[in-house]
Amino acid sequence: MTTIETRPAAAPVPPPPSPRRGIGEFLRDMIRSNLRQYGMIVALGLIVLLFQIWTGGILLRPLNVTNIIQQNSYILILAIGMVIVIITGHIDLSVGSVAAFSGATAAVLMVKHNVPWPVALVLCLVIGAAVGAWQGYWIAYVGIPSFIVTLAGMLVFRGATQYLLSGQSIAPFPTGFQKISNGFLPELGYHTLYHNPTLILGAVVIAGALGQEIRDRRRQASYGFDTTPAWLFAAKCVGIAAFIAVMTLLLASYRGVPVVAIILIVLFIAYAFVMRTTVLGRHSYAVGGNSPAAQLSGVKNQRVVFLVFVNMGVLASLAGLVFAARLNAGTPNAGSGFELEAIAAAFIGGASASGGVGTVLGAIIGGLVLGVLNNGMSLLGIGTDVQQVIKGLVLLAAVGFDIYNKKKVGS
Amino acid sequence: MSKPILEMRSITKTFPGVKALSDVNLMVQPGEIHAICGENGAGKSTLMKVLSGVHPHGSYEGEIFFEGEPCEFKDIKSSERRGIVIIHQELALVPYLSIAENIFLGNEHASGGVINWNETITHATALLARVGLPENPQTRVADIGVGKQQLVEIAKALSKEVKLLILDEPTAALNDEDSGKLLDLILGLKSHGVTSIIISHKLNEITRIADSITILRDGRTIETLSVGGEPISEERIIRGMVGRDLEHRFPDRTPDIGEVVFAIEDWTVHHPIDQHRKVVDGVSINVRRGEIVGLAGLMGAGRTELAMSVFGRSYGRGISGKVVKDGKEIRVRSVSEAIGHGIAYATEDRKHYGLNLLENITRNISLAALGKVSRRFLVNDHEEAVVAERFRKSMSIKTPSVREGVGKLSGGNQQKVVLSKWIFADPDVLILDEPTRGIDVGAKYEIYTVINSLAAQGKAIVVISSELPELLGLCDRIYALSEGRLTGEVPRGDATQETLMRYMMKSGD
Repeated sequence: MTTIETRPAAAPVPPPPSPRRGIGEFLRDMIRSNLRQYGMIVALGLIVLLFQIWTGGILLRPLNVTNIIQQNSYILILAIGMVIVIITGHIDLSVGSVAAFSGATAAVLMVKHNVPWPVALVLCLVIGAAVGAWQGYWIAYVGIPSFIVTLAGMLVFRGATQYLLSGQSIAPFPTGFQKISNGFLPELGYHTLYHNPTLILGAVVIAGALGQEIRDRRRQASYGFDTTPAWLFAAKCVGIAAFIAVMTLLLASYRGVPVVAIILIVLFIAYAFVMRTTVLGRHSYAVGGNSPAAQLSGVKNQRVVFLVFVNMGVLASLAGLVFAARLNAGTPNAGSGFELEAIAAAFIGGASASGGVGTVLGAIIGGLVLGVLNNGMSLLGIGTDVQQVIKGLVLLAAVGFDIYNKKKVGS
Repeated sequence: MSKPILEMRSITKTFPGVKALSDVNLMVQPGEIHAICGENGAGKSTLMKVLSGVHPHGSYEGEIFFEGEPCEFKDIKSSERRGIVIIHQELALVPYLSIAENIFLGNEHASGGVINWNETITHATALLARVGLPENPQTRVADIGVGKQQLVEIAKALSKEVKLLILDEPTAALNDEDSGKLLDLILGLKSHGVTSIIISHKLNEITRIADSITILRDGRTIETLSVGGEPISEERIIRGMVGRDLEHRFPDRTPDIGEVVFAIEDWTVHHPIDQHRKVVDGVSINVRRGEIVGLAGLMGAGRTELAMSVFGRSYGRGISGKVVKDGKEIRVRSVSEAIGHGIAYATEDRKHYGLNLLENITRNISLAALGKVSRRFLVNDHEEAVVAERFRKSMSIKTPSVREGVGKLSGGNQQKVVLSKWIFADPDVLILDEPTRGIDVGAKYEIYTVINSLAAQGKAIVVISSELPELLGLCDRIYALSEGRLTGEVPRGDATQETLMRYMMKSGD
C-alpha cells in the first residue's frame, strides 16, 4: 500500500511514464497476456508436425487436408455457436439432436415432398432458429438452468427426429444439396497445375487479412497507442500470409476449396467480428463474466442469452444440414455425440467453464486439434477406443493447464 | 473479581490494505453476558472471527487465553472443541434437512459412519426443550420461521457443550416478540452457567441483558463499561461509539445548490422472498442540483435496497411509489430505462455487482454507455481506449495500462473504475453506495474530491455510507433510515454523529 495521506494534498498522481520497453519485455508481456491463444496455436502446430512425421507425410497430403476439413466442418460450425453459449455462462447439450432434427426435416422436405433444396435449406435454418428460441425462452426468461433445458432438448429433438424418419434413413438428396458438403469451387480458365479459383480466393484472403492488420495498426497509431514493434508486426503478417498460402496451395493442388470451407471462413470472420466488435458481442462477455454487474450496467441479460440460444439453434441446424449432405441421407442417429465434441473444442480453445472467457478463433483451433487427432490416429490405424481415451486426456490436460496457469498468475 | 473465562490481548488483524483490528483487548468474566458495540466496520465481527478460529492462528497478532490457557485455534472445529461456539449473522442451517439433522450436522451420533437415529431424535428433543422450542425434531428447517431457526442454532450450539456462546446480531432478522424470547433464553442460559458474547445494534436489547459492554471504534477498543449498580444509558454507549477527529479528512467545498432534480415519493419495497416483509416503507427523499445528500442507517436499514429498487427495480418485489425527475414522474422499470433517464447507481459490492473482473479496465469503463463509443451497434475499440485513457488520467487510476485486467487493481483503483464507468454514462443523478468501503485513507480522499467535483458540475448526488464521519464531512443534508423507514432529516449544520446515531437507532414504531 502507498503511504497514507491525511492532509488535503492528495494531488492527482501523474500517470506512470510509459517507458520504452525492451523487446524481451514486450514479448514476455504479450505472451503472458495471450498465453492461451498462442499456446493453442503452438500446440496445434506440434500435433500437426508429429502426425505428419508419424504418418510418413500422409497427414498433409492435399487429399487428406481436404478430408480433414470436410470431416470436421460440422463440428467446427457447432463449436462457433457453442463457444458463444459458453462465454455467456451457459451450455447446450442439445446441438447433436437439433442437428439430426434439421437433417431429418431437410430429408423429408426434399425427398418426400420434392421441395427445391434452397427453399428447404432456408426452412430448416428457420426451424433451427425456432428451436433455439424455444430453448432460449426457458433459459433466459423462465430461468431454468441451460443444462436442464438442453438436456430435455437433447431427448425431445432426438425423439422428434426418429418420429419424422419413422426410424429409417431417407435418401438420396438432390445433387445441388450434396454439394454443400462434398462440392468444390468450380474450375475456371486454363488448366494449370493448380485449381485457379482457389488460387485467386487464396490471394484475396491474404490481401484481406493483411489489409485488416495494417488498417488496425494504422488506426492504433492514429489514436496514439503503443503499437507492436515493426519487426514483430512484419513477422506476424508473414506468418499469416504463409499459413494461408500453404493452405491454398494444398487445396489447389487437389480439387480446390471445398464449398464447406468457404462457409466456414465466412462464419469464422462474421462471428469473430460479432464477438469482438459489436455491442451484442461485448454484452455476451459481460453477462458471462459477471451477470449481476452486467444487469446493473443496463445490459439486457435475458435478451442477450435468448439471442445466443437462437443463434446456436441456427448453427446447429446448419451443422445438421452439412452432415446430412455429407452422408447424403437424413438418419435417425445423426449427430449423436456432436455436442460433446463441440463443447470439448470450445474448452480446449480456452473458454472458461464459468463463463466470460473464450474466443471464436480458440474454438476453431480447439476443433481442429480434435479433428487432426481423429484423422491422424485413424491414419495410424489406432482404434476408436484408444482415440477416445486420448481425446479425453487432451481435454483434461488443456483445461488443467489453464487452471494451473490462472493459479500461478493469481498467487 | 473472579478469573476471566476469556482474555484477548492486543489483537491486531490486517486485511490487504486495511487494518481491521489494532491492539484490541477484550476480557470476559465467567457467567456474564458481554455485549460488543460499535459502528458498521468497527471490527466487531472480525474480532469474533479471530476468536472462533475463522481467521486462524497466525493470520493475526496477539494472544487469546480461554479458561486461563493460551489458545491457538486453527479453525472453527478447534475452537468448538474448547466450547466456544459462534452463531453467525446469516444462519448456517441447511433448509432441507430436519431440525435434528441440523443440530448434529458435522457432529452426528454415529458409529462407524452409521447414524443412530433414535439417539439423535431423543437428544434433539431434549435440546429443543431446553431452548423452549416446541417443534418435532423431524420437521424440515425450511418449514419453520426465522425466529425458531435462530433457536435451532442455539440448540445446535448447546449440543456442542458450549461454554462461551457468541451471537452475532442474533435479533437482526427477528420481530419484537421473537427477539424478546431469544433474549430471555440467553438470560436463562446464563443462569445455567453459559457465558455469552452478544453483538447487537439494538441498544435497548443490550441495556436490558448485558452485564458489561465493550465498545469498539475503528478497530480499537475504546472502553469496557460494566453494569454495576446503575444501568448504562443508551446515550452513554452512543457517545463511546462515535466521536472522532474529522479534521483534514475531507476536501473543502462550497456548495452551489439549485432546484430539486430528483425525488422519490412514498417508496415501499417488499422483500423478494419474504413478500410480507417491508424492507423499505413509505420513504420519500429528494436531492437538488449540485447537492450531496447522505443516507445514513445501520445494517438492514434498507438503504441499499432503496437505491437498488429505484435503479430499475434491481431489488425487491411489490414496489410502489413515485420517482420524479425534473418535476415529472418517470418510469424506471429496468436498469436501461433508469440509465436513460440519467440515473446511475454505483454499487457497494464492486466485486459482485460492479465489475467484470475477467475483463480489462477499458471494457469495464465503457460497459454502461457502450452506445457512446459505438455506431450502429459496432464498438469502436480505439475510441473506447481513448476514453479509458482519459479516465485513467483524470481519476489517476494507478495501472500500467488500461488494457490491464481490473482484477489486478487495488480496491481503491477498482472503485475509481466503477466511478469512471458511471461518470462516463454522464448521469444527472448519481447514487453512490459505500463509495469508499474497504479502501485506504489516501484513496478515500481522492474519491471525495471526485464526488465534490461532480457536485460542482451540477449533478445531484446521493451517498450511502456506514461511516458517519464520511457523511458529515461530505454531505449537505443527511437522511437517516431505520428498519426501512425514514426516521430523520438533518441539514449539514445541525448534524452530529450523536443525533444521526439516535435517528438510525430509532425503532420503527
